[in-house]
Amino acid sequence: MTRSPLVLLGRIWLALILVFLYAPILVMAAMSFNASPFYQLPFEFSTTWYAKMAGNQQIITAAIRSVLIACATTVVATVLGTAASVALFRYDFPGKRILQVLLFPPIAIPWLITGTAMLVFFFAVGIGRGTPAVLIGHVALALPYVIVTVSARLSSFDVTLEEAARSMGADAWTVLRRVTLPWIAPGVVAGALFAFAVSFDQFVVSYFLSEPGDSTLPVLIYTAIRKGFTPEINAISTIIVTVSMAVMFLATRYSKFGGSR
Amino acid sequence: MADLETPAERRRLFTLLSPAYLWLTVAVFLPLSAMLFFSFLTDMPQDAPDWGVTLGNYAEFLTNPTYATLLRKSLTLAFTVTGFCILIGYPCALVLAKSIKGRSREALFLMVILPFWSNSLVRIFSWAIVLRGNGVLERAVNWLLPFDVRLNLMFTTDAVVIGLVHSYLPYVILTSYLALQAVDDDLIDAARSMGASKLTILRRILLPLSLPGLLAGAVLVFVPVVGSFMEPRILGGRMGTYYGTVIEDQFVAVYNWPLGAALSFILLAVVIAILAAASPVLKRAQT
Repeated sequence: MTRSPLVLLGRIWLALILVFLYAPILVMAAMSFNASPFYQLPFEFSTTWYAKMAGNQQIITAAIRSVLIACATTVVATVLGTAASVALFRYDFPGKRILQVLLFPPIAIPWLITGTAMLVFFFAVGIGRGTPAVLIGHVALALPYVIVTVSARLSSFDVTLEEAARSMGADAWTVLRRVTLPWIAPGVVAGALFAFAVSFDQFVVSYFLSEPGDSTLPVLIYTAIRKGFTPEINAISTIIVTVSMAVMFLATRYSKFGGSR
Repeated sequence: MADLETPAERRRLFTLLSPAYLWLTVAVFLPLSAMLFFSFLTDMPQDAPDWGVTLGNYAEFLTNPTYATLLRKSLTLAFTVTGFCILIGYPCALVLAKSIKGRSREALFLMVILPFWSNSLVRIFSWAIVLRGNGVLERAVNWLLPFDVRLNLMFTTDAVVIGLVHSYLPYVILTSYLALQAVDDDLIDAARSMGASKLTILRRILLPLSLPGLLAGAVLVFVPVVGSFMEPRILGGRMGTYYGTVIEDQFVAVYNWPLGAALSFILLAVVIAILAAASPVLKRAQT
């Protein structure tokens, strides 16, 4: 097959975009292994910053808090989201369309608005700032992603399978447990991974809802950057990017979102 | 589709559905309503017992030209970033959807959208390292070129635009790619067999048919960029005052929450207007 100049140009364009997307991340990762604290070149390999990071109690505490909040968000959002998806799929009722449309505000409204609104409301009702507030916010942001992902999987579900199970005497809960849930399992796993990523990467909402000194990792990083950054931040940032890319890589393998068709 | 004749079925529907929506109500819809209410107050009730109702916060937006200027600045930023995302991202989606085939297409597509799921704050921070004076980019350019250049990109509007394009580019590529992939290849072959040039095919077939996807991507870029505050703060330095950073200040530095709530609501109104303007084309995308 001969390749026209246009095709070649297209390949080059794509390659340039990949460089643009990955170069800064790779530079950051490389600098986290550079001995100089001021990002000076020439490059000199060192793991000092990772050792310093591991000894920084603030970073470790924030990292543990971030992971715990992300895990809790994943469990709650996946359970509630899957239940809602099954209900939206199985039943026809007045107002269903409205409920589906209501999933979009949490995704479409800038997080700055959602986050500040949560702050104002949580103060007014006495929840205030802190980890519970952050958790409530994260679950709300993750729920629409779970519902959309699980619903997408459900849309290919053959309802006659349920009818067949029922005709052979299975009750509703048995049908759900033995027929429906196994079918939607890949969608649920993908939804759970999305929920984890939404929470683990969340900065804006956490920023407004966390108590000073009681912050998640992204909030800690933001505060540190504004004070003038150190390669310790590079080290932890490199770890974060690696973790979230790995999670998303798994998620895309489980769902069709953005993957093969 | 199960029917809702029996009370048991209705109870099951309620049990499955209500926890998720109750959560969304408490965490999103009530807060948004509360914020609308607070934007009309003189003081936060928990701070001042003698709070009252006022239109003053909205009047402040109208009388103090700073806010309108900053909102315009944020809108200009959003248009610029969206424009660049379209110019860079649409050709990329075109190449992925129509020029590359098979397994390498999937792999490349995954590579393009993967960074988008990693932490946006960390990616902005990585640009701060690349763009800083005497940083990696400046050294690379100086190494390539025979003469000395000083880019001084850090703490400029350009740095903010670069960081934001990097953050949101995958949105445009994702939505355009999905729309372009849905275009039937037979249609293109038919046009080609009748003598249409590549440009004609793009202008008369691919662009019109993928427009809803492209526009969806544009909206997904535009809306968060209007409300961005972290990116201008880190990459913009003193140039980085935008509408979003002013809202942030009201909540974390100045503690004028009612004014912050009013400014947020004005932003929300702008966002809703943009979504409404785009919705006729976006609706076509779903059908």
